[in-house]
Amino acid sequence: MSAVFDSLSRFYASSIGKKILVALTGLILFGFVVGHMIGNLLIFVGRDAINEYGHMLQTALHGGGVWIARIGLLVAVVIHIVATISLTRANRAARLTEYGQHKAQVSSTSSRIMIWSGLTILAFIVYHLLHFTVHAGNDYGTYKTTLEGHTVHDVYRMVIAGFSWFPAVLFYIIAMVLLTSHLSHGFSSLFQTLGISTDKSEPLFKKLGYLFAGLILVGNCSIPIAIYFFGYGR
Amino acid sequence: MSQLNLHLKVWRQNGSQPGHFQDIDAPDIPDHASFLEMMDIINERLISKGEDPVAFDHDCREGICGACSMQINGVPHGPAKATTTCQLHMRKFRTGDTIWVEPFRARAFPVLKDLMIDRGAFDRIQQAGGFVTVRTGAPQDANALPIGKEVADAAMDAAECIGCGACVAACKNASAMLFVSAKAGQLNSLPQGQPEKDRRTLGMVRQMDKEGFGNCTNQYECEAACPKEISVRWITKLNRDYAVASLKDALGNSPKEAGGGD
Repeated sequence: MSAVFDSLSRFYASSIGKKILVALTGLILFGFVVGHMIGNLLIFVGRDAINEYGHMLQTALHGGGVWIARIGLLVAVVIHIVATISLTRANRAARLTEYGQHKAQVSSTSSRIMIWSGLTILAFIVYHLLHFTVHAGNDYGTYKTTLEGHTVHDVYRMVIAGFSWFPAVLFYIIAMVLLTSHLSHGFSSLFQTLGISTDKSEPLFKKLGYLFAGLILVGNCSIPIAIYFFGYGR
Repeated sequence: MSQLNLHLKVWRQNGSQPGHFQDIDAPDIPDHASFLEMMDIINERLISKGEDPVAFDHDCREGICGACSMQINGVPHGPAKATTTCQLHMRKFRTGDTIWVEPFRARAFPVLKDLMIDRGAFDRIQQAGGFVTVRTGAPQDANALPIGKEVADAAMDAAECIGCGACVAACKNASAMLFVSAKAGQLNSLPQGQPEKDRRTLGMVRQMDKEGFGNCTNQYECEAACPKEISVRWITKLNRDYAVASLKDALGNSPKEAGGGD
């Protein structure tokens, strides 16, 4: 047991070990972001569709499903952030004197601001959870509706109300732009870190990364934009 | 042949004391001179004026030793692709240009003097696994070990690495992954390297971390700066080999002492 634990802690202590954990947790979080977006787009299908989806998430596995997912995502987020902050600190420490002139030849701006796009997304996640999950400072939790004879949480009304306030809309859009930036480097990067990329697959991973990042930007931003600027559901 | 009138900003530093940029005018530089020959001309002039010449590393001056290490206008080995500083010609510059000349900067490459750095960290990484253990004595027949042409060619590509440190210099994190991956990958690709593959991979990566290099963020500035055009696919392979070696290290049997027979 302790021999295995020693090896695992050595793995985590190593540069590549941490990076592999960042890549694996990044993949989990990417999957969540895609699923989350597809679920949320049900708002365009109608009030009952998204309320039923919300009710399904809340009651899956007798209410345990949502907690299993939350704990899993929390663990993934914590590993992703703790490891990247530790890697970034090591990166900063690896060059004590800066160059007088330093030219980036091939790296994208997105790839150079990963830590900042990531930390902004972290701030957004905290805000997002307070806004729509904990319902801090609002009464969204009291919104109820009936669905096939059951009283359920009115997710539809909550989202419409949530995106009727401009500062919230603006922060969501800024966060989604940075998430897009983060994924445009992160998606293809994770295949490199996991040792999967090849000369033939790397361009494909890059394009898929841009495609997914673009879809997530358009899909997620369409909800606050439709509600605030085009009056959807208001 | 034409002459160039250049202005240099050269990093001057003595050991661990803080350094600074010195402005040096370089008139009448022949455009067929190499960058190092230009530095020689400047040093001759400094010496004749009784000033301290600029210390820089150089050896073969034909692009194969990896000694010359200068960050020229923000790029390791200067603006020409796949070219070492010694092979860089002054005709790549225009008269009137200001050229920044700095040492490769990384905590793991301390500056000795001016543009000279101590790249001993690379040697220590090599000593941690960048070799195959073979019996000395008569070599076996060259054809006794069949190696596919593609594998041999790929291993030769990795073996092109001259250990100059441009990858570290170009990386915003001062990561040595391209160097380590080329050196480990070359041997990990070949049958002769298989017996020590896991030990080599773990040993070299651990030494790399210990030397204080940064971590790879997959931006591939190293590949763009490499005078030998080593591919970042070697880094992919190192990541893969490291994951497998770590898994075996964590879950495999502990090494047994050699005992003979079952």
